[in-house]
Amino acid sequence: MRPLIPMHESPSSAPARALKPETLAKAPAIIAQYPQKRSATMPLLHLAQEDRGYITKDDMHWIAELVGVTPMQVLEVVTFYPMFRQSPIGRRHVRVCRTLSCALRGSYALMENLEQSLNCQRGETSPDGDFTLEFVECIADCGCGPVVHVDASMHENVKPEDADKFAAQLKATLKDPSYGQNPPVPGTPEWNG
Amino acid sequence: MPAVERPLIYANLRKPGYTVDIDCYLRHGGYEALRKAVALKPEEVCKEVEVSGLRGRGGAGFPTGMKWKFLDRKSGKPAYLVVNADESEPGTYKDRQIIYKDPHQMLEGIAITAWAIQAKQAFIYIRGEFIHGAKILERAIAEAKAKGFLGQNILGSGYSCEVVVHRGGGCYVCGEETGLIESLEGKRGYPRIKPPYFPAVLGLYNCPTIVNNAETMAQVKHVLAFGGAEFAKIGIPGDSGTHIWGVSGLVKRPGLYEIEAGKATFGELLYDLCGGPLDGRKIKAIIPGGSSTKILKVGERFKGKLANGTEFDWALEDIPLDANSIAACGTGLGTGGTIVIDDSVEMIQALSNLNAFYAHETCGQCTPCREGSLWLSRVSKRITTGGGLETDVPLLLDIANQVAGRTICAHGEAVAWPVQSAVPKFKDEYLESIRKRQAGEAVPKLKLI
Repeated sequence: MRPLIPMHESPSSAPARALKPETLAKAPAIIAQYPQKRSATMPLLHLAQEDRGYITKDDMHWIAELVGVTPMQVLEVVTFYPMFRQSPIGRRHVRVCRTLSCALRGSYALMENLEQSLNCQRGETSPDGDFTLEFVECIADCGCGPVVHVDASMHENVKPEDADKFAAQLKATLKDPSYGQNPPVPGTPEWNG
Repeated sequence: MPAVERPLIYANLRKPGYTVDIDCYLRHGGYEALRKAVALKPEEVCKEVEVSGLRGRGGAGFPTGMKWKFLDRKSGKPAYLVVNADESEPGTYKDRQIIYKDPHQMLEGIAITAWAIQAKQAFIYIRGEFIHGAKILERAIAEAKAKGFLGQNILGSGYSCEVVVHRGGGCYVCGEETGLIESLEGKRGYPRIKPPYFPAVLGLYNCPTIVNNAETMAQVKHVLAFGGAEFAKIGIPGDSGTHIWGVSGLVKRPGLYEIEAGKATFGELLYDLCGGPLDGRKIKAIIPGGSSTKILKVGERFKGKLANGTEFDWALEDIPLDANSIAACGTGLGTGGTIVIDDSVEMIQALSNLNAFYAHETCGQCTPCREGSLWLSRVSKRITTGGGLETDVPLLLDIANQVAGRTICAHGEAVAWPVQSAVPKFKDEYLESIRKRQAGEAVPKLKLI
C-alpha cells in the first residue's frame, strides 16, 4: 500500500508543470460520454497522468470541479488504484510481473538482474532519472512469462539471463520518441503491447 | 486419440495476415450474426442464448441466458450493458487475445447482447494496463459506427446503442462485478453488498445492468451464428461451446488452447498439447482455472457422482475439461487459466506468492479479508524463508477459515480457497519446509517470494 499524501503537501519540491492546453481541451468530450459526470473521474486522471507523468493537487481540483465532486473524492480514487501516481517517475517505467505464472518462469531472478543492469533498486528510480523499476501483480500475459510492461509496451519471455541485453534495448529506446506510441501491428512480435 | 483443438473464438485471429480492421473482419463473415439478431425480436435473441446453454466465461460459469432473464425490465429505468474486460485473475490471459487481435468479434457480441437486453449504452471496462488494447477497441468502435453496426440506428432497425471504452486503474477487485460498477461510477472499486445490489436490478447508476465477461460476448456472436440449438451441440450437455485453456508455469509449451468442452482431459492438455513438464521434472500440482480456484495435486484420486448419476474415479490426468466434471472434483473451471507447478519448487513458495498477491489486492473494506490476507501472506512467507513454526500450518488454515464467507465480495473466498485447498493436500510438505529451514537448508533456487 502506498502512503497517502495529504492534500496540503506538495509531493515534489519542483513546481509542477501545468497541463497542456490540448489536454484540457479533451475533457468535455470525455465527460459527455457518460450519463453521469462523475464516471469521467478515472479517464480524466489517466488524461492528466499521460500528459505530465503524474497527478498533482491542482489536477485533482480541476477534475473535481469538472465532474462535480469534492477534491477529496478525487484523491480517494487516486490513492486506491495502483496505476495513479502523485510524484514523478523515471523516463521509462519498467514493471516486472511478480505473480505466480511469471515467478515460476524466473521473474524474481529477472528483477535481481535488472536491478544491476539498470542501476536501480525495485520500487525506486535510477539516479540518472532514466528508469523506475517496479514489481507489479499479474498483467494478463501469463503464458509468455516473465513479462515486463514498459510504459505502454509489453515485452514477453524476458529471461533472467537476458537482463543485460534487455536493459541495453531499453536504454536505446530513450532516444526513440516513438517508442510505445502506436498500437503494435498484429502478427509482429510487438503486437501484445 | 490425442486431444485436438477446436478454435471457435480464436479461429480467425490465429490466421496469418488477420488484422484488426473492420474490412478484414467483414471478409471473414463479420457482423452477419448481428444481422440475424436484429431480424429477431430481443426476447427471441435471449431465447437463443438460453437454449444454447452458454455459460459465462468470467470464472463463475453462470448461464448467460439466465443472467439476462434476471434483468429488471419493469422499473422503467434504462438498462446498461457492462463488458468486463478487466482480465486480472492470475493465470488468465485469454481476453487479451480477443481485444488485441479480433476486437470486432467482441463488438459484434456486444451489439447482439445490447439488442437482446435493449441497452442503449454499453461500457467496456478494460484493464488500465491494456493501453493499446483500449486504443484498438476505440478505433474498432469508430469503424463499426461508420458502417452502421453500432451507434445510431443499427442496421436500419431504428435501435441505437453507444459503446464507451473505460480504462481501469490496475486493481484486481474491479474485476468483481459490483466493484467494477463502483469504479465505473468514478469511485474506489469497493464491491457492493448483495442484496440489495444485484446488478440486474441495482447496477450501474442504480439501474438494471448486465455485466458479462469479454469472452462471453465473443461466444454470444457464435451462438447467433450457429443458432442456439446448434451451438448447444458443441461441447457436452450442461457446458456448451469451447473453453480457452491458458496454460502457464512449468510446462514445455505454455499457451492458449481452445478445446471443445468435455472433449479432452487435463492429461491430454498438459502432456499432449503443452508437451508435459520441463526435462527432468515432474508436475506436482495444478491450479486449474485462475489462482482463486482450488489446487489439484498429481497423484490424488477423485471419486464421486456427477449430476447425471455417473460415478467416477479419476486421477488428475483423467478429469474431463468441462465445468461439471471439474466442479465434481472439488474445484472449478474458473477462467481456464491453468498454472502448472512442478517438483523444482516447494509448495509453500507457490502459496506465499499467491498470498502476497491477495494481500496486495484486497480493497480493505472488510476486516476479515484485509487483515486475513496480510496475516496469510506473512505466515506463509516466514514458513518459506525461515522462522516458521510447526504450528504455522494449522494457523494458515485457521486464518483462511475466518475469511471465507465473511466478506462482502468473493475476494474473501479467493483469499481463503488456495489455502483451504492446499493445506490438507500439502501439509506434510509444508512441515518438511519448516524443518529444512530450521536445519539451515536454503530455499530452492527458483524464488517465488
